[in-house]
Amino acid sequence: MHRFFHELASPPHFYRLAGRLGPWFGWTGAALIAGSAWAGLAWAPPDYQQGDGFRIIYVHVPSAWMSLFVYVLMATAAAIGLVWRIKLAHAVAAGCAPIGASFTFLALATGSIWGKPMWGTWWVWDARLTSELILLFLYAGYMALRASIDDLQRADRASAVLALVGVINVPIIHYSVIWWNTLHQGPTVTRLDTPAIAASMLVPLLTMTVGFMCYFAAVLMTRVRGELLARERHARWVREVV
Amino acid sequence: MGGYAAYVWSAFGLTLAVLLGNAWLARRRFAAARLELARRLRAAGGTP
Repeated sequence: MHRFFHELASPPHFYRLAGRLGPWFGWTGAALIAGSAWAGLAWAPPDYQQGDGFRIIYVHVPSAWMSLFVYVLMATAAAIGLVWRIKLAHAVAAGCAPIGASFTFLALATGSIWGKPMWGTWWVWDARLTSELILLFLYAGYMALRASIDDLQRADRASAVLALVGVINVPIIHYSVIWWNTLHQGPTVTRLDTPAIAASMLVPLLTMTVGFMCYFAAVLMTRVRGELLARERHARWVREVV
Repeated sequence: MGGYAAYVWSAFGLTLAVLLGNAWLARRRFAAARLELARRLRAAGGTP
């Protein structure tokens, strides 16, 4: 097990592995997203209260879940890089940030588009929306901090600390609809008893989320490969793969 | 779409655009890093 992780953390090994796995994740993700979009738009029945307007759930909720998942992964990678000084971990954290930021933007934008017909407003400063907006600022701050420091090791360390401090926002986003009285609805799928959503509506949502995961894995691998080439430009293995 | 078409399609369209744009940016960055390295190696006569 130790040997597996040791090998995985080696930049040339990861570079080659990601080059092989990336297309598989990419095409699987594309197929799942296309199939789930069709199922969400045409196969799932309309909601008894929101009619067809509820179908925005199929892009809004997976985006929101991914925005949190990617942040936790970014902070975990940053922590590993900070403690064990593994270069690959910092490259993974750096690769996560722009993808996580775009998922957060999508969660906010599609939520806003959904909010207009259902709430009568594009935006309201309630706890869920505000904490998700702070998440977008955290991603932007992480990327801006990295870009502002020329020394790579200092940039890695400083941005890792920021990523770790920002983790506090993740449970706040998740529990905001329980802790505060928000306009945003409470948990539907992640309720501990039974999900308050019909199976015919739930299945496309779950497959879309798996599709988003595969898409994320594919794009992350491409980003990390680019990051490794830039970081390891003086290494011998780079000459062999370019 | 029961009067919600503009909202539903714009949400799906925006998602598609952002997902495609993100994948394109990642590929472009990777290709640029590779090109830059190849150029450096050529300039250095095969040595880094």
